[in-house]
Amino acid sequence: MRENCLKMVYELAKQDERVVFIGSDLGVGVLSEFKKEIPARFFMEGVSEQNLVGVAAGMAMEGRVVYLNTIATFLSRRCYEQVAVDLCLHNVNVRLIANGGGVVYAPLGPTHLAIEDVAIMRALPNMTVVAPADAAEMVRFMKVSVDHPGPIYIRVAKGHDPVVTSDTGPFVIGKAVPMRAGDEVLITTTGVGLQVSLAAAEKLATAGVEAAVLHFPTVKPLDTDALHAHAERAAVIVSAEEHTVIGGLGSAVAEYLAETDLLNGRRFKRIGIPDVFPSIYGDQNGIMRKYGISADNIAAQAQTLLAGRPGKAVRVAA
Amino acid sequence: MTTTPRLDERSKHLRRVIVRVLQKARRGHVGAAYSLIEILRVLYDDVLRYNPQDPRWPGRDRCILSKGHGCLALYALLADKGFFPAAELDKFCAADGILGGHPDAGKVPGVEASTGALGHGLPIGLGMALHLRLAGSGARVFVVLGDGECNEGSVWEAAMCAGKHRLTNLTAIVDYNKHQSYASTKEVQDLEPFADKWRSFGFEVREVDGHDVAALRQTLTGVPFAADKPAALICHTVKGKGVRFAENNMKWHHKNKVTDPEVEALLTAIEDA
Repeated sequence: MRENCLKMVYELAKQDERVVFIGSDLGVGVLSEFKKEIPARFFMEGVSEQNLVGVAAGMAMEGRVVYLNTIATFLSRRCYEQVAVDLCLHNVNVRLIANGGGVVYAPLGPTHLAIEDVAIMRALPNMTVVAPADAAEMVRFMKVSVDHPGPIYIRVAKGHDPVVTSDTGPFVIGKAVPMRAGDEVLITTTGVGLQVSLAAAEKLATAGVEAAVLHFPTVKPLDTDALHAHAERAAVIVSAEEHTVIGGLGSAVAEYLAETDLLNGRRFKRIGIPDVFPSIYGDQNGIMRKYGISADNIAAQAQTLLAGRPGKAVRVAA
Repeated sequence: MTTTPRLDERSKHLRRVIVRVLQKARRGHVGAAYSLIEILRVLYDDVLRYNPQDPRWPGRDRCILSKGHGCLALYALLADKGFFPAAELDKFCAADGILGGHPDAGKVPGVEASTGALGHGLPIGLGMALHLRLAGSGARVFVVLGDGECNEGSVWEAAMCAGKHRLTNLTAIVDYNKHQSYASTKEVQDLEPFADKWRSFGFEVREVDGHDVAALRQTLTGVPFAADKPAALICHTVKGKGVRFAENNMKWHHKNKVTDPEVEALLTAIEDA
């Protein structure tokens, strides 16, 4: 996904003179073709994220469209004030390409895990937050990223994730993508939570439960129209994401459902990383499984909610 | 360093404009603004290219007040040059005004970037300078920093980057009044050897008495100071300059509840400066 994302920056730069790339201290050879062919618009400026965001803002204030790339934690936590003030307050066209959103860098430990990036980016006025599920969706997103007004946080997944969005049409920023229909359970998800959620829906189908999967490649602005329509049809709603349960997609969904009274008579559950720094190394899937971001757990939680619906004879403790 | 000449009528006038703002709003970063006045006055009178009728004119020089808390001095100059009606000064910090306690680029014509959070102006100015060079523009970028602001790591991240790019269209100007909010810069976070720091980051450095209008004019009209380096100008200034009882007096760094007798005292002190 990252490779495809960066390739797209190169393609966009060839077509549009406004496009500039800035990296911090990326891997050897990153975007070497870009650097060779368009050296004037290729910048590699060192491990200095506060400066990089300011530089990107200054260029964007002058009309450039700047794609700024480094590891997600350093592009969100390290320079949060610069993102808030330089990018969001000025509402400039800078795209933050955040490598390894979520727990991609599992072997490297909690300093490199971006488990709250969506929450803190979502809290900033003017910021758009996207988390494509696979490389195909990333490419479609990048095509429409140039002319979108204002800053965008782009959460990049590990890469080589199974492609599940090939038939979903052009990417529309701010629009959710219905991936599967079903009237009993609604699973809302984003990023690579989509693949897990689709597998959970399969499991539920095997058990005779019809689950819809609504994918939010844009977490902000939230597609509340799609959420509303799907929530109305569902008996229970589960939100699954590779992110802390505080402030991410699950929170955004809960806020909307609560404020529109859609939780009345429906049970709801956020699935994600609890309020902890993940305590194990291993790999991304291992951390996700440990905290229940798995097809088995999503399906089980949905079943539990179904069993505990008001009016059901048997109530199961969540 | 030679002795600073007495303030001339224009410097006194600009200080009186700020007193009138204080009289209405009853608050403001007085010391920080008064140390800046000659720097900004020379920039706007003698150095910068701009058009108040077309504040976004692409050929303009960009001037960023990175020490945003010195905005009263900037507002006085921008009003003086006609970027906005002087009547706006009477609404400083008012809910229906455009002039806040820190400058907002979205509201104030002539303000290039919203500042106030320290350490943001030099990276932004650097980005502008890189763009301008890339675009083949002759426009220049001037960033005015505070000395306390130079505690921020982002200032030095940007300085390192500007040095690397040998940006001759970028000038960093430091209002070195030797005082920050709590105490002297020497006590809180000593910046010395300050000029050597900038030099070692790749800047060509000059030092000047930041209240000596002629010296400022001569130095600032000479940028860049080297053919292949960004410029840094360290302006030795006095916090609260022009008001004897406020000079180097931390009570006047930011003043709340300014009283009428204090307004009178300020005006009298300016006359004597």
